[in-house]
Amino acid sequence: MKVRNYQIIVLNSILVFLIVIMTILTKGRILRLESLQAVAFQMPLLGLLTLAQMVPMLTGGIDLSIVSNANLAGIIVALILTKLSGWYTVPLAILAGIGTALLVGALNGFLVAFVMISPIIATLGTMILIKGISLGITKGYIIAGFPKEFLFIGDGAILGIPMPFIIFLVSIFMVSLLLNKTIYGISVYMLGSNPIATEFSGVNIKSVLFRTYLLSGFLTGIASLVMIARFNAAQAAYGESYLLLTVLACVLGGVNPAGGFGKVSGLFVAIIVLQVVATGFNLLRLSSHLANALWGLILIFVITINRTITGKWI
Amino acid sequence: MNHSSLKRLLRRTEIYLLGILVVLSIVLAIVNPKFLTLENIFDLLRNNSFLGILALGELVVLISGGIDVSFTAIATVSQYVMGVIISKYFIDNILVALLIPIPVGISLGAINAILINYTKVHPVIITISNLNVFYGLLIFITGGKWIYRFPHSFRTFAKLKLVTLVNERGIEYGLSVFTGFWILIAILTWIILKYFPIGRKIYAVGGNMEAARRAGFNIFKVQLFVYCYIGALAGLASFVQAQLAQIIQPNAIVGRELDVLAAAILGGASVFGGSGTVIGTVLGVLLIGIIKNGLILMKIPAYWHQVVIGLIIVIAAGITAYQRKLRKKKGLV
Repeated sequence: MKVRNYQIIVLNSILVFLIVIMTILTKGRILRLESLQAVAFQMPLLGLLTLAQMVPMLTGGIDLSIVSNANLAGIIVALILTKLSGWYTVPLAILAGIGTALLVGALNGFLVAFVMISPIIATLGTMILIKGISLGITKGYIIAGFPKEFLFIGDGAILGIPMPFIIFLVSIFMVSLLLNKTIYGISVYMLGSNPIATEFSGVNIKSVLFRTYLLSGFLTGIASLVMIARFNAAQAAYGESYLLLTVLACVLGGVNPAGGFGKVSGLFVAIIVLQVVATGFNLLRLSSHLANALWGLILIFVITINRTITGKWI
Repeated sequence: MNHSSLKRLLRRTEIYLLGILVVLSIVLAIVNPKFLTLENIFDLLRNNSFLGILALGELVVLISGGIDVSFTAIATVSQYVMGVIISKYFIDNILVALLIPIPVGISLGAINAILINYTKVHPVIITISNLNVFYGLLIFITGGKWIYRFPHSFRTFAKLKLVTLVNERGIEYGLSVFTGFWILIAILTWIILKYFPIGRKIYAVGGNMEAARRAGFNIFKVQLFVYCYIGALAGLASFVQAQLAQIIQPNAIVGRELDVLAAAILGGASVFGGSGTVIGTVLGVLLIGIIKNGLILMKIPAYWHQVVIGLIIVIAAGITAYQRKLRKKKGLV
């Protein structure tokens, strides 16, 4: 318990430090309403994908296919939105998109839980497979131009709060409820910290794993809707740099890559840290590549500090 | 006893691979007789030597129970350093060009090893971070500029052939010097793994790190060796890639991590460590290369190639997992 407190303190100190530095460097521009709104519009996409990454990581797994999955689901949504027209188009597209993402999640779950392929390899395979299917469908082209009602998901606002941010908050609330208040959630944490003990305590490991990848697929589907609504376009290769970022955000937020530990609240702070760096760099007109390097350095810094203070990881 | 049964299993994986390779080659040769010409085979070997060298480095890391996804960034950085030095000072000496990227790769590999050993975090996390750090800093510092002015020797070396033949149209072709590099590295890796004490230690650490630690092995030395080895090979491979392309683009290599991982895993290396062979890895690279080549010869659009590669990985991993499951059941009874 104490050890995890250290980590939260380190992470929050970094956040405060970054905000102060960025405020000084940007002469206060990062604290203006426009900047905060930009953060609220941009953060949810990374946040939703990171949530989709977090659940498998809690079980000691990983899902490398989330970005490919989001792109395939996005392409299916885009095809329906651009090829059909009628009152039913938008709801049908949304259902089909989430259905596609769930299907890929089920495939991952099947491979990991029942065929017992290690998650890195299983999701590496599905990642390449699904990207290939997306490329085959679109031939590499972009599908663009969606109806207004759909774009509301990406750029609309209710009472001044950006729609993507609302979706993100609802998802965070749902996931933390699932993880902390349900038997399924307890099983996930148990499975991540000691799979053998979990099996002997009568938990159906295969079912828990399968549902984990299904949940990851569902969250990916939601992320996909936000993504294509923000870009007003879908393509086979959007957002590939997000994949490594989601792993990074999880670890930064205190999710143990070996499984068993990690809270949604830590993840929330980590995503804000990453977004503050990105927005600050944008305001300072610094290269996004430098932001990438800094993200990596921050992660290594946090891990090293944790190791030095506590003598062990988590 | 357990060890010999493991060995038998591995041998079987390679025989499967070889079988698939032979069947595939026959099918491709029937579909398009061009496939089995020496010219096409030599081309295939040259074009895959870059991936082949990297896959051997990844093999060694995988056997040790680690994983490295930062080698593409390491290759990019070492290639760029080489490019800047030889084009700026116009050093017309191929040996110098070859000797620059390797130490750069080794140093970056050492950074990985030190961090992995100190933090005890899964290597995939550390190397993902370092991929971002190495590559991000390089692009930030260089601005992503291309390098394409090379000295004479740099251009002529790429055309060097170990064996030269002439086809029916009178055009020369042959076995590229880079295929020779690949063969040499395969032999070197095989010798290290089989005959050097460090090779035995790599298998031991990958098989059971805690047991190896208690047996008195220096885990850090093994980690330092494997991550520096893949760093050195990343440097060498980046030299090969720069020679084949005759241009240095910072974005040419990053993004191909998974091709290399796929080849090593297809060849029977396990992500859990402790197993994998040089022959399996070479066959894995060849299989992926032949499939891509065959799909091109069959005029299937490039978009669908990935679907085939993805399916192969899933099926190969499924078979391996199934075999492991059977073995576990046997062990329990």
